[in-house]
Amino acid sequence: MSELAGRSAAELAALLAGGEVSAREVTQAHLGRIRATDERVGAFLRVLDADALAHADDIDRRRAAGEALGPLAGVPLALKDILCTKGVETTCASKILETFRPPYDATVVRRLRDADVVVLGKTNMDEFAMGSSTENSAFQRTANPWDLGRVPGGSSGGSSAAVAAFQAPLAIGTDTGGSIRQPAAFCGVVGVKPTYGLVSRYGLIAFASSLDQVGPFARTVTDAALLLGAIAGHDPLDSTSIPEAAPDVVGGLERGVEGLRVGVVREFMAEGMDPGVRARVDEALSRLEKLGATLVDVSLPNAGYGIAAYYLIAPSEASSNLSRYDGVRYGLRVPGETTEEMMARTRDAGFGPEVKRRIMIGTYALSAGYYDAYYAQAQRVRTLIIRDFDQAYAQCDVLVGPTTPSTAFGFGDKTDDPLAMYLNDVYTVPSNLAGAPAMSLPVGLDEQGLPVGLQIMAPILGEAVMLRAARALEADLAFDPAPRGTNALEGVQA
Amino acid sequence: MALSTDDVRHVAKLARLALSDDEVEGLRSQLSDILAYAEQVSAAATGDVPPTSHAYPLANVFREDVPRPSLSPQEAISTAPEAEDGRFRVPKIVGAE
Repeated sequence: MSELAGRSAAELAALLAGGEVSAREVTQAHLGRIRATDERVGAFLRVLDADALAHADDIDRRRAAGEALGPLAGVPLALKDILCTKGVETTCASKILETFRPPYDATVVRRLRDADVVVLGKTNMDEFAMGSSTENSAFQRTANPWDLGRVPGGSSGGSSAAVAAFQAPLAIGTDTGGSIRQPAAFCGVVGVKPTYGLVSRYGLIAFASSLDQVGPFARTVTDAALLLGAIAGHDPLDSTSIPEAAPDVVGGLERGVEGLRVGVVREFMAEGMDPGVRARVDEALSRLEKLGATLVDVSLPNAGYGIAAYYLIAPSEASSNLSRYDGVRYGLRVPGETTEEMMARTRDAGFGPEVKRRIMIGTYALSAGYYDAYYAQAQRVRTLIIRDFDQAYAQCDVLVGPTTPSTAFGFGDKTDDPLAMYLNDVYTVPSNLAGAPAMSLPVGLDEQGLPVGLQIMAPILGEAVMLRAARALEADLAFDPAPRGTNALEGVQA
Repeated sequence: MALSTDDVRHVAKLARLALSDDEVEGLRSQLSDILAYAEQVSAAATGDVPPTSHAYPLANVFREDVPRPSLSPQEAISTAPEAEDGRFRVPKIVGAE
């Protein structure tokens, strides 16, 4: 039954609903694929074999008893290790949380459980979601299934690699400045950052609270939409959760792009993009036009300041959020004579270099005498970027451009130059600053055989039109998500 | 923005990070570079532009003030590195400096 690992979530759901396969068989097929491949991929920090099989058996029992089950019941999923799971280690890939077992579930985890999605395990990431390559994990490195010598992107690199490696049809990631879209682009899968507030942050370990958002990975647009539908919606436990019914993101997926106004962001197409990325993006744009969309040239004049604003706002919020890791309530403690000494030693031993770097930037930017010049000024730039988006959406329904300036890079290529690593996020951070939805869709391979992602952006709560455009392009391009190439992971055995 | 070693040590103290000398030196040059890059925000927006703290504005999010189940004290303290009599235990605070 190992070919089950090659199926999409929608296909598995249909097989499960029709009684053609059991949830146990589906779960076992994916656990088998993880066992066969994860020594080389390194997507999972922890595989939850026993829990997953017990959940699958429970689903099979309830289905046999005629109980009504959700549309994704029995479909397996990989969960980024940043979402709290009751009684199960939740580390954020940090030594400071190495032994942390939360006493409660995140709302997203509870919703997945209510939907009877089977959680296979918890995936690797950049420590505290800070990074663009997953190389900042304190525990292990994750390889890109398309070229095992390259990074999967980050920070949700374990989740994107698990989906690309056919270890799971679905995964959950988080996106603060591009951490779903960039690894999706690097791994040739679909990744969606929803509107800020559409998915609950309760139980999500905080990085930058005004930017963090949970979202889906999948190999198809339909699967991503189904998973988004399962996790979206108001949560009274998150005071920033949008207090409205979540929009239907699945119903209109097949309606096409006839008459849709697609804005091409001039600044994103101007410079800095690799030729291989540009070729695939240009091709995707011309396909959209052939499918009946109208291309509109639009400008986001302040988007170029996005990285500068982001790397003040996100570290500032992080420096505040991460003050909770003080060796008192949970996590690591390194002894000291006084409480202050204990805290400072604990934090020096428990945090990795990138996390310390960001805490230091944020603490500096918020400190007396610098607040107005840095943090307040970055928030003003945020206003300008939001105004740019508003003006662009007066002329078009969605915006498009590349997700990343390059395809996947090699291990160690950017680890010595933090600023070069940050510039990876140049096309993705504006949507986080604006709180608006954005996604990456694989649109082909560059001349090295590595996946290229097209970014599709939409106004706040515009997920339905964004996913519809992605679905139309996906159907037209028929991108094959199976990794291939000389250094790629082998395919699923038929 | 070139930071001095003392600047870095001061910020590290505020952030409760017991950095080694090597870390201080590495961060001094990295933070200087990053802040120099980030300074372009000062030219981008004038003071009359209002700052945005949250992109989706929600104000005064209320709920009814009714009791509901929560973690028990035992559960809340179950993750502590050190606890005693149902409380978090820490080294001495008074007279620390």
